Amino acid sequence: MAGFVLIVIAAFFFPGIILRTKSIASGRKGPGLFQPVKDIIVLLKKGSVFSTTTGLIFQIAPAVTLASVICAMLLLPFAEQKALFSFEGDFVLFAYMLALGKFFTVIAALDTGSSFEGMGASREALFSLLVEPAFFILLATFAMFTGYTSFSVIFNHFFITGNDYVMIYSIIGIYLFIQIAMVENSRVPVDDPKTHLELTMIHEVMILDYSGFDKALIHIGTYLKFALYGSLIYNLIVPAGWNIFLQAGLFLAVQAFFAIVIGLTESFRARNKMNKNPKFILTLSAIAWIAFTVILILTYKLV
Amino acid sequence: MLSAIFFLIVLFLSLPVFFIPGSLKYYYTLALLVCGVTLTSVWSVQLLTGSEQLLEIPLFVPAAGSVVILVLDRLSAFFVIVINVTVLIGLLYARGYLAPYYQSKKSLRFSIHYFSYLWLWLSMLMVVMIRDGLSFLIVWEIMALSSFFLVIFDAEERTILKTGISYLIQMHVGMFFILVAFLIVEKATGSMSFDAVGEYFSNHRNLPLFLLFFTGFAIKAGFIPLHTWLPEAHPAAPSHVSGVMSGVMIKMGIYGILRVLVAMQSDLLLTGIVILIISMISGVMGVMMAIMQNDLKRLLAYSTIENVGIIGAGIGLGVIGQALNNPALALLGFAGGLLHLLNHSLFKSLLFFNSGSVYQAAHTRNIEQMGGLMKRMPRTAILFLIGSLAICGLPPFNGFVSEYLIYMGMFNSLSGATLYHSILILGSIVGLSLIGGLAIFCFTRAFGIAFLGEPRSEKAIHAREVTRGMIIPQYVTVAFIMIIGLASPLVVKPVFDIVVQTFGIHNPVMMSGAFVSNLAQISIMGGVFVVTLVTLLVYRRYHLSKRMVESGPTWGCGYTAGTARQQYTATSFAYNFNHLAKPVLQTSKVMDEIREDEIFPRKRTFVSHSDDIFKKMLIDKPLDWFSGLLKRIAVMQTGQIQHYILYAFVFMLLVLLLAILNII
Repeated sequence: MAGFVLIVIAAFFFPGIILRTKSIASGRKGPGLFQPVKDIIVLLKKGSVFSTTTGLIFQIAPAVTLASVICAMLLLPFAEQKALFSFEGDFVLFAYMLALGKFFTVIAALDTGSSFEGMGASREALFSLLVEPAFFILLATFAMFTGYTSFSVIFNHFFITGNDYVMIYSIIGIYLFIQIAMVENSRVPVDDPKTHLELTMIHEVMILDYSGFDKALIHIGTYLKFALYGSLIYNLIVPAGWNIFLQAGLFLAVQAFFAIVIGLTESFRARNKMNKNPKFILTLSAIAWIAFTVILILTYKLV
Repeated sequence: MLSAIFFLIVLFLSLPVFFIPGSLKYYYTLALLVCGVTLTSVWSVQLLTGSEQLLEIPLFVPAAGSVVILVLDRLSAFFVIVINVTVLIGLLYARGYLAPYYQSKKSLRFSIHYFSYLWLWLSMLMVVMIRDGLSFLIVWEIMALSSFFLVIFDAEERTILKTGISYLIQMHVGMFFILVAFLIVEKATGSMSFDAVGEYFSNHRNLPLFLLFFTGFAIKAGFIPLHTWLPEAHPAAPSHVSGVMSGVMIKMGIYGILRVLVAMQSDLLLTGIVILIISMISGVMGVMMAIMQNDLKRLLAYSTIENVGIIGAGIGLGVIGQALNNPALALLGFAGGLLHLLNHSLFKSLLFFNSGSVYQAAHTRNIEQMGGLMKRMPRTAILFLIGSLAICGLPPFNGFVSEYLIYMGMFNSLSGATLYHSILILGSIVGLSLIGGLAIFCFTRAFGIAFLGEPRSEKAIHAREVTRGMIIPQYVTVAFIMIIGLASPLVVKPVFDIVVQTFGIHNPVMMSGAFVSNLAQISIMGGVFVVTLVTLLVYRRYHLSKRMVESGPTWGCGYTAGTARQQYTATSFAYNFNHLAKPVLQTSKVMDEIREDEIFPRKRTFVSHSDDIFKKMLIDKPLDWFSGLLKRIAVMQTGQIQHYILYAFVFMLLVLLLAILNII
């Protein structure tokens, strides 16, 4: 339960930290730390406009996406506490829950009948399908290395296997999770949420037609998803056995660090060319294969 | 035994279908089917819930001249239930689907149709119950013939007749392999039953005979590269028949493979690896080709190949588990495969029934001409959506449960595996996760383009919801899907029992208990998801009721006067994927580029289509070569009687010569 609450707290600050980092890096005064949260409050006060083309799917999709993210949050452990739902293979459910949200985002975009949104939908569907193997290879690597197949147990045993090389795959794991989070949340270098042209957007163009309450739900879902991946990264950095209060502080620090990394990346790196994206994403799977090979060597299967 | 006599009566009562007046034919068929389904389901449920291993039902078949015993074990009982559910729902759906044909087709056509439908059902039941080789081949043949008659229901269209004949030929190629396999067994052991197959396996090499059986059964099941009949026959058949064929008939191939696997004694590891690799190729290639299709039923046919791949992957893992003495892997693999088989029979038949409803309403199967159907046929759209979510393996629907079991088998076996096995299993994990992602791509495209947005053609504008009679049977299927999705332990436990009994897995109680408790957590999670969603939606409704809600046009970047033709199409949705997958899929397009000196471009057309490379390489090319050869030989066909007499003379001379030389 503590993990759930912490993710929610982290999600409050997350987008604000990204914004602050970007404005400081570009030498602007920029909006305050809580501007994204204020934006959501404004959205919640507003009414809604629905396109006459759209129907039921468009209306329920944001709620489905948010519900899927919330359910995925319930599967993540914190410190030595088990997650609310923890069982063998829970990461399969984690991945497929998030995929359920994506499914609805994609068909909601098609529901508007706009060619812009169709384009975004097609791209998003393609990129998220390409990133799926990277996630599964990484988790398979962890499963093989620790001998367990549940988030809670894997992370509990991650640092106490008596292996001196733990740093290697910790670093590979952190790098991959950051990159996967970028792809899943549609950030630079795969997608730029602040781009000005519909033709070059991926995720933003899919939610062009949303307003008011539904748009607020979508934003909340996005912020939670950031903190969700931040939480995965945290579990690869801090051993589960440490004092829980210390860990709560560290958790927020890691999340802030993750947000700053995203902010800096977006300040100093341009978005990929659209047709370079598949190569970029498939490279992640290749790196995950490397992690897997490293584990094969460490477990003396490959000498 | 009273029950067997009753079964016989049902069998022979299928004949009067021909003599019953028009409108009653359907009800007569339905009544017969309901009787038979009840009877056989009762047998199966009795067996599955009881403690007995086998149920033997004696039955006389005069033609074979000997007593054939229908044997029902747990594996057969499982298949009987799968068959009964889909076949019954299919017939219920058929009433509405066939209604528009009543005027245009002769009554005899309907008699043949219903008769074949009954016999397809009966032959499938007997396929899973008969152990004797010769009788098995006979009912296997009946199955092929009756499904052939069902496929060519619309035989006024020449292409359908052609497809049907091609289907029949490919089925017989498959049968040839099975026949040869049985003959080899007969030669070695003197008898021709599945028991004899086990005997053969105990003192011969296992793999060659298995591969013979596998090839024969795989043609029925639709493993790549033996799938070529599938994407042709499914679109040609009426939708309830495609649903039954794709939902259960192709599973008879899987049944055959399982039956042979049960008998196998050695070479298990290699066999498992072969099955796993072929299945993974089928899964990934099947769904990749499905993405390229614009014909809704063709798309579903390719997706069937994908799902057969997933089922096969489960079975392959199970065999590997047996070979490596890893009971957890064996249990999870086989159970995942079997459960996915059940799941697929549900959601794929649902999707085929839906595509039939769409075809009836919009008179087209091309998704490029659909669009906006959700507004016009909301119930069908929701049903299609549920089918799509389930087939993508998304929680909280049934597809997730079976894919989860297969994933678990893979992940659990990773830590103890050797180098090559680790790499193989990791490859399968990558394959399965790719299949999941590709399926989402495929079905967001199919659902989104066909049902959402604005209508893309006149046909789609005039589409209306189909009758209630066609929709209610589909609700039954959805109910099964939801039960398996939200209460998976209820279904998985019996499936575990079947696997344990059939494949003799050691120490099963503890393991299956642990996995069932995992599934219970997944079910609760599904419940949490539903509750969260409903809460959000209820609050959303309340929230919106207090605020101003307007409607307007879709944001068009300042240009909202567009037509429906400006929407993203199915082809454009798949464009970027197509670009990526070109080396594998070999799509081709025909268009003339705009030349530089062409100031006012004239009207031009653009055609793109993707070939099935396996069909091209395995069937079209050899056939072209062969017919080319035959054409060259046709020089001898001069039409002059003198020449023919000469041929006969030469032939007799040759025979005489050979006889003198003691060669023949």
